[in-house]
Amino acid sequence: MSKSIIEVKGLSKVYNIGHEQLVAPGTMTFRDTLVRIIHKPVELLTGHKLQKEKFWALKDVSFNVEAGEVIGIIGRNGSGKSTMLKVLSRIVEPTNGKAILRGRTASLLEVGTGFHPELTGRENVFFNGAILGMSRKEIKSKFDEIVAFSEIEQFLDTPVKFYSSGMYVRLAFAVAAHLDPDILIVDEVLAVGDAAFQEKCLGKMKDVASHGRTVLFVSHNMQSVKALCTKAIWMEKGRIREMGDLETVADKYSTSSLESNIDLAKRKRATAVTGEAMITNITVTSANQKNNLIDSKKPLHIEFEINAKKDVKNVILHCVITAGTAMGAHMLSLLSEYTNSTFDLIKGKNTITCITAPTNLAGGVYAISCGMLHPGKEMMGHIDEVYDAATFAVSDYKLEDTDSYINQRDAAFYVEHKWQQKQ
Amino acid sequence: MQTEVIIKPRKRLAINWAELFEYRELFFYFAWRNVKVRYKQTAIGISWAVLQPLITMIVFTLFFNKAVGVQSGSQDVPYAIFSYVGLLFWNYFSQALTQAGNSLVDNQAIITKIYFPRIIPPLSSTIVSLIDFGFASIVFIGLLFYYNFVPSMLGLILVIPAIIMTFIAASGPGLFLAALNVKYRDVKQVLPFIVQTGLFLTPVIYPVSQVPQQYQWILYLNPMTGVINAMRSSFLGTAPINWPLTALSATVAIVTFVGGLYYFKGREKEFADII
Repeated sequence: MSKSIIEVKGLSKVYNIGHEQLVAPGTMTFRDTLVRIIHKPVELLTGHKLQKEKFWALKDVSFNVEAGEVIGIIGRNGSGKSTMLKVLSRIVEPTNGKAILRGRTASLLEVGTGFHPELTGRENVFFNGAILGMSRKEIKSKFDEIVAFSEIEQFLDTPVKFYSSGMYVRLAFAVAAHLDPDILIVDEVLAVGDAAFQEKCLGKMKDVASHGRTVLFVSHNMQSVKALCTKAIWMEKGRIREMGDLETVADKYSTSSLESNIDLAKRKRATAVTGEAMITNITVTSANQKNNLIDSKKPLHIEFEINAKKDVKNVILHCVITAGTAMGAHMLSLLSEYTNSTFDLIKGKNTITCITAPTNLAGGVYAISCGMLHPGKEMMGHIDEVYDAATFAVSDYKLEDTDSYINQRDAAFYVEHKWQQKQ
Repeated sequence: MQTEVIIKPRKRLAINWAELFEYRELFFYFAWRNVKVRYKQTAIGISWAVLQPLITMIVFTLFFNKAVGVQSGSQDVPYAIFSYVGLLFWNYFSQALTQAGNSLVDNQAIITKIYFPRIIPPLSSTIVSLIDFGFASIVFIGLLFYYNFVPSMLGLILVIPAIIMTFIAASGPGLFLAALNVKYRDVKQVLPFIVQTGLFLTPVIYPVSQVPQQYQWILYLNPMTGVINAMRSSFLGTAPINWPLTALSATVAIVTFVGGLYYFKGREKEFADII
């Protein structure tokens, strides 16, 4: 039995945050340091220490990867995924622990790293290739392949600053895709480019994987992780929460998105709210739920738990469902005023439920932002308002009698339709 | 398994020569890119490399020589040639220093996304300046013909060591400033000032002989004094080379180079975190 191709043992990375964070990284000037030097004796004299917090971006992470495995790394923002890839790519140095990579490693943390806007496509292929670790000979021999893959042949001698963002990404990915490494580390690069090209990139990566290469792949798009990977590592707060078979980890991960709404009462409110009453919990359910994935062919039940400090009369509730996070596209707007419903809250706990018609939402993750207000008094301030109050996952919209399904990558909704040919 | 990379916290300051050799192509790619980009979207392109020192020399000659009356220190050497030798090497030094000092910050995007030996950008930018040096030398040859001046053989032989010494003299502080620039962007502001002041602290427009004999060694603590004066002495045959003081300059250059290199290596690991 040969050794694992990647061996990670007790890998940790610590960042100092807190006081230092007042100054954006990289913009610290000599003056800031002087200020700090002056602060030092003050600290010593008064014993009043300026807050300096340690943040463990990675904490004691260990795992092994065998040759030929394709591993998806999933987790929320700030869970340590990117830091781990940076450490494995040797960009940042770990604080503790070690990792052994047995093979030629190529990492693609960003598409088009080192592309210079003034250089032509052709020139950038050479420079980018070199910086990714290809020799001149190698680039030369693969040049035609790279150009063919990128589909920008006719603009090869145009400076890339004149490229559309799509062309730019295509060329950049094409270079990276032809690296031919033993270990490929890819971070979120498919977030850009059009759907057809994304498909092509995914195909190319599958190709790499099927040749016995090892791939570490980070993506927010569960669908592309599912399409590519066989195993998954779920990162949370700098540690590995779960590792194993993709389906199992992915399901547990989707489910956990729903657990995040527990301490809604403690969440910071984004806008000035009167606080007479507070939304303390939101639960999204549907009939026929599997692994906590909502079935959008069934009515959506959104249950609001509200804690009122006193009796509050004449309240309307509203919520907006967005794709991904509150920053995403607005999918649905549900407002009790639309249905002429207002509520009288009694002091203490209230439960209000909103039931929709089948939403036919495409498979993916959605967020709910919600609030309460008095009708006609929008300008006076809301009673409560929470962004990203809850998230829920919808299972892929499976079309009856076919193998097709719809998820967020394809469309927002499924709409009943039929096709016919004129007789 | 041909390649095995072990990632762990580094403790030593050792320089990984094997790795540098492996990345030798990237060294030239960086230089190549900088040269390519340098004169993009300019109307006269590479001619700037020739025009800049030429115009500076003319201004210096008119102003310092004709107006103020600074002499070359030798009857046989026209001031234009005298000052051009100084400018040639000073420009190489100052450009290499400036570009090396800014090289990491200019490549910020790459440094946070890709691994490669961090020493490549600063060192390769000193090579780019060498190309400008080459172009500026063409003007020098023209100047020699114009004044019908025949340089000495010894001078021609010493050109290569002089270039190497300039490279070392610029790389040391260049590496130091590049690393410092990652943390303190003040370096970017200070660099033009260093270059401007340095021009007057180095005998570029005036001969060393303007300084009293017993204080001349202070000037030689600046490695560029050693380079420029050795070149003038030999190439133009103004005076015999002052070997002890030139050796002092060389020692300072080497010591600062080693110092800069180790400062850089010591800071290297945090570049991606704080740049």
